[in-house]
Amino acid sequence: MSWVDYLKPLSQGAWVTVQLAVFSTLLGGVLSFAAGIGKISSNWAIRSVAIVYIEVFRGTSLLVQLFWLYFALPIAGAAIGLDLRLPPVEAGVAALGLNIGAYGAEVVRGAIQAVRPAQHEAAAALNFTRRQALWRVILPQAIPEMMPSFGNLAVQNLKDTALASLISLGDLSFRAEQIRNYTQDSTTVYTIILFMYFGMALVLTALMRLLERTVTRWQRAGS
Amino acid sequence: MLFGLSWDTDHGELAFAISILPILLRGLLVTLEASIAGFAVALVLGLIFAILKSARSRWISWPAIAIAEFCRDTPLLVQLFFLYYVLADIGIILPAFLTGALALGVQYSAYMAEVYRAGIEAVPKGQREAAHALDLTNARTFTHVILPQAVPRVVPALGNYLVSIMKDVPVLSVVTVLEMLNVAKIIGDQTFDYIVPLSMVGGLYLLLTLVASTIVRLIDVSLPKTGLPLR
Repeated sequence: MSWVDYLKPLSQGAWVTVQLAVFSTLLGGVLSFAAGIGKISSNWAIRSVAIVYIEVFRGTSLLVQLFWLYFALPIAGAAIGLDLRLPPVEAGVAALGLNIGAYGAEVVRGAIQAVRPAQHEAAAALNFTRRQALWRVILPQAIPEMMPSFGNLAVQNLKDTALASLISLGDLSFRAEQIRNYTQDSTTVYTIILFMYFGMALVLTALMRLLERTVTRWQRAGS
Repeated sequence: MLFGLSWDTDHGELAFAISILPILLRGLLVTLEASIAGFAVALVLGLIFAILKSARSRWISWPAIAIAEFCRDTPLLVQLFFLYYVLADIGIILPAFLTGALALGVQYSAYMAEVYRAGIEAVPKGQREAAHALDLTNARTFTHVILPQAVPRVVPALGNYLVSIMKDVPVLSVVTVLEMLNVAKIIGDQTFDYIVPLSMVGGLYLLLTLVASTIVRLIDVSLPKTGLPLR
C-alpha cells in the first residue's frame, strides 16, 4: 500500500469529520445564543439554568463530557427506566455542541453587554418592548463583535471533533488509527491527516470571514 | 485494583464512591503534573515562537508564522499520536507522560506566542526609546525594561491557558497516561459502573478549574500594575 491508497478511506473519514463539525457547530451556535441571552435574563430561573450550564460545560473537560454522555448516560437512563443509549454520532454531536455552546454563550453575553447603554435607553425611549430592543437594536450591533471569537471557536470545535474517534466514531482520526494498525506506517498517515485537518481549518476560517462580512454589511452601508 | 488500592462494590454507591476517591485523587495528581509539564513546555516554546515571528527577516518570521498556525489549527489528539508513533519510529523513545507533555506544549505554544506578543506590544513605545537613549543594549532593554512590564499584563491570559491545558490532559489517556479520566474509565471497565467514577471526575474537574481560576485571579490582583520590581 502506498500513501495514495490511504486517501480513499481517509477522505471518507474526513467527510464524517466535516459533518460532525457542521452539526455540532450549528448546535453550539443555537446554545450560545440561548444561554448567552439567558444569562442576562431578568427571570432568575432562566438565569440560573444558563449559569449552571455554562459553568459545568466550561469547567469540565470535553473528553469527560463525551465519555459521560456515551458510557454513563445509558446506565443513568436505565436506572430511571428510559433508553438513553446514544449512537456515537449523536453522542459526539451532543457533547461537542454542548461544550462549544458554553464557550459561545460567554462570547454572546460579553458582546451584548458591550453595546452602549445609550442604545438600550434610546430603544426604551422609542417605546420598543424588551424583545424588540434585543432583536432590532442590540443584536444587530452585538453580532459583528462576536464574529472573531466565533471564528476561533469554530476552529476549536473542528479540532475537538478528533476526540469523537475515542468513542469509536469513524471520523478522520479513527480512519487514520485503523490504517496505522494495519500498515504500521504511522509517519505517512499522521502527516497526511495533520495536513487534512489544517486544510479544513483554513477553509473554515475563510468561511467564517465570509460570514463576518455578511453580518457586518449594514455597518458599511450606513457610513 | 489500581495503584495498589482496591474498591468496594458490595456496600452501595456511596461506599463505592468513597472507596474510589483516593484512586481518582492519584489520577488527579498525574493530571496536575502533566498540566504543569505541558505548561512549562508551552511557556518556553511560545516565547521562542513569539521572538521568531517578530524577527526582522522574512526568511525567519514567515516560516515561524506558518508553523505556529499549523500547530494551532491541528487537533491535539493527532499531534499526540504523531509524536508518540513518529518519535518512536525515528528512534527517540520517550515515556508516554513526556510525549504527552510535549504535545500539550506544542499545541499551546502557538496560543502563548500570541499572548507574549500582545504583552510586549502593550509596553509603551517611549520605554524602548528611553532605554535606547540611556544606551542600553537590545538584549538588556528586552530583559530589564520590556519583560518586567510585559509579564504582569500577560499573567491572567497565561493562567487561563493553564486552566485550558488541565482540561486537555484527559486526551493523554490515549497513550496510556494514567490521568484522572483514564483511571475512572478503568474503574468503569472493571466494575461496569461508569456513572459514579465519571461523574466524580466531572465534579473534581469543576472544583479544580474553580480553584485554579481563583488562584490566577489572586495572582493577577497582587501583581504590580506598573511592572515587576527589579530585585
